[in-house]
Amino acid sequence: MTATTDARSGIVLSRLAKSYGTVRAVRGLDLAIAPGETVALLGPNGAGKTTTIDMMLGLIKPDEGTVSIFGVPPSVAVRSGWVGGMLQTGSPLDHLRVREIVTLMASYYPRPLPVDDVLRTTGAAEFARQWTTKLSGGQAQRVRFATALVGDPDLLLLDEPTAALDVEGRRAFWQAMRAVTEQGKTVVFATHYLEEADAYADRIVLLADGQLVADGPATEIKAQAGSRTIRATLPGVDIGALGALPGVRSAERHGDAVTLSCSDADAALPALLGAFPWVRDIEVTGGTLEEAFLELTASEPDTRAQTMEAAR
Amino acid sequence: MSGATHVRYEILRTLRNPLLYAITLGLPLVLFYGVASGQRHVIHDGTGFPLYFMTAMAVYGAMFAVTAPGARIARDRATGWTRQMMITPLRARTDVTAKVVTMYLVAVAALGLLFLAGASLGVRLTATQWLELAGLLLVGVAPLAVLGLILGYLLPGDALTPAVGGLVILFALFGGVYGFQLASSGPLFDVMKGLPSYWLVLAGDATVNRGNWPAQAWITIAVWVVVLVPVAVLAYRRSARRV
Repeated sequence: MTATTDARSGIVLSRLAKSYGTVRAVRGLDLAIAPGETVALLGPNGAGKTTTIDMMLGLIKPDEGTVSIFGVPPSVAVRSGWVGGMLQTGSPLDHLRVREIVTLMASYYPRPLPVDDVLRTTGAAEFARQWTTKLSGGQAQRVRFATALVGDPDLLLLDEPTAALDVEGRRAFWQAMRAVTEQGKTVVFATHYLEEADAYADRIVLLADGQLVADGPATEIKAQAGSRTIRATLPGVDIGALGALPGVRSAERHGDAVTLSCSDADAALPALLGAFPWVRDIEVTGGTLEEAFLELTASEPDTRAQTMEAAR
Repeated sequence: MSGATHVRYEILRTLRNPLLYAITLGLPLVLFYGVASGQRHVIHDGTGFPLYFMTAMAVYGAMFAVTAPGARIARDRATGWTRQMMITPLRARTDVTAKVVTMYLVAVAALGLLFLAGASLGVRLTATQWLELAGLLLVGVAPLAVLGLILGYLLPGDALTPAVGGLVILFALFGGVYGFQLASSGPLFDVMKGLPSYWLVLAGDATVNRGNWPAQAWITIAVWVVVLVPVAVLAYRRSARRV
């Protein structure tokens, strides 16, 4: 079965849910990805990233909800050769050389890229004659990237593509990836490296416990988490009164120094100045993505909902 | 997209596997020369021993040949390659076809080698008889081929090689492939006659002395195939399912 790409429809996940026994791996995920977007699925282990990717690839059937890839179900998109996937597990076929396995993968697709070009792009050309069983972790990863790429798919789904790589390997991988995303492909990658999501994705979808906890560009995620901090010198003020100020989520005191963790620093700062005009040494710092990540993924679902509510 | 490249690489992978030469092609040949060269003029159940044992070893090799892809299927499942293939446009059907084509090519090679070896020890058949013998053996190992696929789709990879090896050895032992029969009457003999390998070993005799290939042989092979094919289809669907 083949179908025509409806590029406008992009990728739509609606009310997607999947459980393994009593473990609810993905619960009610709604997500729309526009063609050409590079999206990072960011989250700690067990957040549901792999399950989500496997459902997008049609490897796992959702308990509830649907996945639509350019207007068709995943199986149809896969069969039409629109999707290239890099799975987290899986070693290449034995008794084949690197060049052969990429050639084999190319033969499955209707309009593959030239094998030599792909080997060059992915940096696999230098060990193209190596047996697939004799590769280092980084080399095997490049081969997997090459096999995902050689079919010239419109959508690339990469599950922790740099998990096995060292820092240098990761940089090389993303450099190759840049060249690919510039061609306008839609890319979804799962990662638990914050820097990767921050540096390479147009948009970060933050998952925790199978739920979407934040969605947007890195800057917006940081703002959503509301992890701006106000530090000041303010002797003799009840910590409870500080915590009750608008836009302040929690307050701490160390001697005369107070630290206000704010969900809305823009509201908190004037309120602080209004209530305690004698405040000195004010310092406002923006949160890091790491703080946002920890804050958004660490709390219990209920508190998280409140946090998100408070952030709006 | 066509399956031609897939078939080509399937064959290439098979040719690069040392087990092909050591077990499938080598072992029956070594056993044949080891046992039959000293018994060139012995008559076994009314047939020259070399013809009898050549057939037996050809069956042995063919059984290894047709079960080997099962082991490869299991290994591909274990390494995750099967999942990788499932996210390409390759149809699982194409993969099965490639494996069946490959297993039969190897089986033909195994038969060819044993026939040459038989001829070198004085087995003389007409062209028609050689072809008929090859035909009987290739059709007759079909149950083993299906069984190999079933195990490949169902068992974990590390269990598969011993399972397939053990299966072939059991079929060989109870079928009389090793040159002796475990029984010639009683319940054990009935079990033996229920195995395709029992009849295949007699195929040489049947080809030379016409009429010695009873309907029971065909029925036995047919029943095995008819029972196993739906199981294989289920096992294959279970392993190849997509959403």
